[in-house]
Amino acid sequence: MSNNLDLKKGLNIPIKGAAAPEVIKTVSPDIIAVKPTDFKGLVPRLLVKEGDTVKAGSPVMADKNRPEILLTSPVSGSVQQIVRGEKRKLLAVIIKADAEQSYVDFGAKAPGNAAEAKDLLLRSGLWGSLVQRPYGVTANPDLMPKAIFVSSFSTAPLAADTDFALGNSLADIQAGVDALAKIAPVHFSIRKDVVSSTPFHKVENAVIHVVSGPHPAGNVGVQISHIAPIRKGETVWTVSLLHLAAIGHVVNTGKLDLTRKVAVTGPAAPKTGYVTALPGTPVQSLTAVPDGARVIGGDVLTGEILGADGYLGFFENQLTLLKEGTEREWFGWAKPFRPKVHSSSWCYFSWLTPGKKYDMDTNLHGGPRAFVQTKCFEDVTPMDIFPIYLIKACLAGNIEKMEQFGIYEVLPEDLALCDYVDPSKNEIQAIIQKGIDLMIKEMA
Amino acid sequence: MAEEKKPWWYSTFDAFDTFLRVPGTVTAKGAHVRDGIDLKRVMIMVVIALVPAALFGMYNVGLQTSTLYGLDWNFWHMFWYGLLRMLPLFVVSYIVGLAIEFASSQIRGEEVNEGYLVTGFLIPLIVPVDVPLWMLALAVAFSVIFVKEVFGGTGMNIWNPALVARAFLFFSYPSSMSGSSVWVSKTWVPALKDVDAISAATPLAIAHDGAFDAATGAVGQYSFMDMFWGFIPGSTGETSVVAILLGAILLVWTGVASWKIMVSSIAGGLLVGWLGQLAGATALPCYYQIVMGGFLFGSVFMATDPVTAAQTETGKWIYGFLVGALAVVVRLWNPGYMEGMMLAILLMNTMAPLIDHCVVSVHTSRRAKKAINA
Repeated sequence: MSNNLDLKKGLNIPIKGAAAPEVIKTVSPDIIAVKPTDFKGLVPRLLVKEGDTVKAGSPVMADKNRPEILLTSPVSGSVQQIVRGEKRKLLAVIIKADAEQSYVDFGAKAPGNAAEAKDLLLRSGLWGSLVQRPYGVTANPDLMPKAIFVSSFSTAPLAADTDFALGNSLADIQAGVDALAKIAPVHFSIRKDVVSSTPFHKVENAVIHVVSGPHPAGNVGVQISHIAPIRKGETVWTVSLLHLAAIGHVVNTGKLDLTRKVAVTGPAAPKTGYVTALPGTPVQSLTAVPDGARVIGGDVLTGEILGADGYLGFFENQLTLLKEGTEREWFGWAKPFRPKVHSSSWCYFSWLTPGKKYDMDTNLHGGPRAFVQTKCFEDVTPMDIFPIYLIKACLAGNIEKMEQFGIYEVLPEDLALCDYVDPSKNEIQAIIQKGIDLMIKEMA
Repeated sequence: MAEEKKPWWYSTFDAFDTFLRVPGTVTAKGAHVRDGIDLKRVMIMVVIALVPAALFGMYNVGLQTSTLYGLDWNFWHMFWYGLLRMLPLFVVSYIVGLAIEFASSQIRGEEVNEGYLVTGFLIPLIVPVDVPLWMLALAVAFSVIFVKEVFGGTGMNIWNPALVARAFLFFSYPSSMSGSSVWVSKTWVPALKDVDAISAATPLAIAHDGAFDAATGAVGQYSFMDMFWGFIPGSTGETSVVAILLGAILLVWTGVASWKIMVSSIAGGLLVGWLGQLAGATALPCYYQIVMGGFLFGSVFMATDPVTAAQTETGKWIYGFLVGALAVVVRLWNPGYMEGMMLAILLMNTMAPLIDHCVVSVHTSRRAKKAINA
């Protein structure tokens, strides 16, 4: 069974630096970082100390409030360093990798029921890959979700091509779907334009949705809002295709293997392409970083700044490198033509060159102002909500209005394009996140 | 990290600095890359859209003076007279308005908003050309302080500041703002120093008195085409349909103003004009309502102000329609006051949040129902 979902609103940001589908490097790093900060709503408690030896799949941390949620090591080796920040906040556990990898055996067996499936996810450390909506936090094992959603593709700028990166993992993906289907119905979306060529159209035991449209059509949150909108009191889980394959791999082989093809992208990347690596790999071993470039884990809309000395995050399969846009252009706003700057607004002339890719940098292109134009938000938000009203409700901290205007359905990533298009340069994602944080605090 | 304390002149410095060069600020959170668009660009688009109406208006100022007083000027004479006559209005409007804007921004510690670039250009275009400059200065000051800054500056205001400036003048100094002798400039023509002002009513006023010739379609001495091209007395910017439409095309093309508001406002005006004709309130065909007075200028440039108009797309249809309908209602069923556009827009500015509230409420309850049925 398949359902069509054709979305019209949105915007594909034309940025240079896409990764061609070829693996340019395979990294087996000396050290790996396990970062609890990758997991929202999780309070880490350390289970290892410096000098301990771990296998790939051994627990390193647990959640303080729900100790059954474990974070496990993606490699075997010894704990080299515990990195703490301000107020002794646990930032990372650095593990020195062995030359020969050894794995914890979770037993290659398909789970027979929901309890077994949950148990496998918790033990293997893959529970952290389940993101619970509303609010986008690590899933609560005590809840039964209404459904589990997987988007098999990303429309984000320069995102990794999942057909290339995970096309060979169909057996693992199917096993992952089967395991999750024990917990709740699985909804699986595929891209319409590749519907006949993508390996993922063979996925069974899931409700298939065929989705078309510009970014954010690939965002699982946007798809959920059309397929089965989340209302008060409901929960759904989402998991990325990457982790779905990892779950299936544990089911099929009993081993935790988080190896992924990481797309190294962006206008400032010295060499674009795919690098095979584990999460927690130092950025330096993934790519050379030009002086002063910003290294983003993820895409340019939603990614976090890793820095040249950072480590790839648990959820990330993309690095984007950007120049810092500190250069000041004379009379920028007054020039009739600015061929180097993209604008989705017809106040500039980017519409004349629809196929052009831009060498974008991090310049804000303006100063912060009050909201003036607001239709631009609706034009890039293919959801049944009024973005500006939700944004204002979040600013006002009005719980009732936030509920009415759809706070349960959105994560900042779903409104990331609003950041991009706003002529008043408001930080929409930060505003939405603040609203979500308030909801978590008040509704707890 | 504590935020660096900014010097007291920061806002003014920043305004000039970023006027010349794009700020070097980089994204700190949220999306790492941003669209090239900013409010400066948006606002300059509106100013450019106003240029045809302003240029034509300047020519028309000279044309009206020359025609009424029989001066036999050529085209360039007419244009230069209009340009020179309008210049002080622009200068006063911008100096007074921007001074208050800069001062307010500094008090608030914010960057200077570009909104006044448009407001300051609009105000001289919607007042009689011979309005005394001190009155204009007073109106601008009142409007910027009490309609914009006390609410928090551009983006926070409830009413269109340019229209409030006009309303301020209209109610405070009616003799300089209405009647039949204020629309044609004579103050700056040396030859007319001792000549008494000749009355030159606008077509709107002539039609209000019933002087419409159904056979020729002329209102007093003005034919329909005079009104369409704009060779009639009136506020400087409002007379030419052609010039306003040129601006409208740019605004709609760039998406800066909502075409829905423009279209629905004209539809509202046409409908009520047609009903008025049926009911015998006027002999004018409904489309005369669009070409006379400030109707089209208001629909295109004032009602569409994104800050004070309705913000939901459905709300824009309703808001625009009511602007147009109310304006013509005032024109047709009001014994004293023949131009309804200004008050119609100001009233609908007041009502816009209510319209949006209704639209959003209907939407939320529909969503809630969907949730129950799902």
